[in-house]
Amino acid sequence: MTANVLVCVKRVPDASSEIVLTEDGQSVDGRFAGFTTSPHEECAVELAVQAAAVTGGEATVLTLGDEDAVEQLRAALAVGCTAATHVVADPQQFGPADVAREIAAVVRAHEAAGRRHDLVLLGNDAADTGDFQVGIRLAYELGRPVVTGVTKVTVSDVGGTLSVTASGDGPDGYETYQVPLPAVVTVLEGGIEPRYPTVPGRMKAKKVPVEEREASAAPAGAARVRWSLPPAAPSDVQVLGKGPEAAVAVVDLFEQLGVLAR
Amino acid sequence: MILVLIEKDLDGAAVEVSLETLTFARSLAEAGGGVPVDGVVVGEVDAGLRAQLSAYAVRDVHQLTGAGFEAFAGAAWAAGIETVLASAGSVVVMAAGTPRGGEVLAHLAARAGVAMAANVVSFAGLSPFVVSRQVVGGQAVEEMQLSTRPTIFTVAGHAVEAVPAAAPSSVGVVTHAPEVAPADLVARVMSSEEPAPDLSGSLTSARVVVGAGRGAGSEDGFGALLDLADLLGAPLGVSRVVTSLGWRPHHEQVGQTGSRISPDLYIPCGISGAIQHWAGCSSAKAILAINTDPDAPMVTKATHAVIGDLHEVVPAINAEIRRRRAG
Repeated sequence: MTANVLVCVKRVPDASSEIVLTEDGQSVDGRFAGFTTSPHEECAVELAVQAAAVTGGEATVLTLGDEDAVEQLRAALAVGCTAATHVVADPQQFGPADVAREIAAVVRAHEAAGRRHDLVLLGNDAADTGDFQVGIRLAYELGRPVVTGVTKVTVSDVGGTLSVTASGDGPDGYETYQVPLPAVVTVLEGGIEPRYPTVPGRMKAKKVPVEEREASAAPAGAARVRWSLPPAAPSDVQVLGKGPEAAVAVVDLFEQLGVLAR
Repeated sequence: MILVLIEKDLDGAAVEVSLETLTFARSLAEAGGGVPVDGVVVGEVDAGLRAQLSAYAVRDVHQLTGAGFEAFAGAAWAAGIETVLASAGSVVVMAAGTPRGGEVLAHLAARAGVAMAANVVSFAGLSPFVVSRQVVGGQAVEEMQLSTRPTIFTVAGHAVEAVPAAAPSSVGVVTHAPEVAPADLVARVMSSEEPAPDLSGSLTSARVVVGAGRGAGSEDGFGALLDLADLLGAPLGVSRVVTSLGWRPHHEQVGQTGSRISPDLYIPCGISGAIQHWAGCSSAKAILAINTDPDAPMVTKATHAVIGDLHEVVPAINAEIRRRRAG
């Protein structure tokens, strides 16, 4: 039995360095930011490609974003996804419930055209808007079970039923879920190393036609009033030195604070 | 009325972030003219937990019992909270911004067809109700209007300090044993491996903590840091990225989703100082940051700093400590 996997990714500003906001306070200013796929979703792409390969199925990548977001689709195609769908829209206008509804609309449209997505994988939370809910809302849209925040995902035949086994750290220990497909699973980084794209992979990715769609409905929005950056507090740091030479001053400080005594 | 989901640790006590959420709920209740705050707990409420909730002036605690709650299932917990909402008439539902708290409230919001705000740090207006919440990993704050009812949000870890109420309450215990629909039990925990013994207690009470972040470089990059920790009799605390990448166990994590420390001296090495981490270490009396980047937030917020690669600086510090002890 084959399992076809849909993996949803989002183009987000690279927040590893300092960010600048747009004047209207609605988003990160793209003129001063690099863009990337969040680490959670890079892992989700890898898991999707592996799950599809194991069952002889297909891994499709989906994004909702502006024209530039095709870059994130190409990146996923370069590492093993074989089809891509782009809902071309301004992501700032879409709240988490809107995004879930749009993903569900794509799943239903593909299904009507004979393409099942047995397993839908998403990142646990988006690196920019951090809503922590799109996967769960999607599950309710589709009437499917959902497992969230896992780092390992495998698809296998359990007693004649195709199932997903998903595990991750929970508050009471390392937890495992086993759910029959179709299902929705959200992924955290850390359980798998995403592969690097090869040159042939990149070349192949360029040739894959990307299905472009419009949003299925007008978005209700994110109820965002504005974003702001917390004011930077003045620094009164005392620099003890540079490199290993600072060790003497550091241990002097330890003695001064009385933390060196045995 | 406000309903707060209380999460328990393995000993059945309320976790710190749930007590923080109760503190947030109390300030919201006071702003709203003194509406009562109730708690909801999955499983039995023992005497210790009841005493904790009394100190936080919880009016009633609703305990959810029955076969549907034996193993964790996000949808089942949400269904249980729906039962409590229907009987208690709550208009606001809150939980700590933990993985469980966020998951359960997202289920609840999806089922009710209302919004959910994640990682709220404060509230501004009451009508309309406007919350401030962390976005971009805590680098920015979003003001968001939450006008739907029930009003559902999670509170970011360590955004407020857990403070008991001026006067304790008598805490009524109300038991609910709803039937959980089979569909809400499909995605439930099948097996759970015992976690390593909880060593985070040593972090929260330590006088000195050695911190390690992405700068450690790999799973094998902690040798000198553990050596320094050993020399100072200090536990190791790490940033979220270190546990996310699987370099160190989760119980060593300091930050919003880990332990909150308040040592006399914190020594973060190779930690840039994202809000997530700062939330867990800002109570340290002195901070010695070791980092290659003089502009890293951890450095600018520290009391003392050494600019350099931890892999060069920390071994030199260890050698200097040994030299002085030998002499």
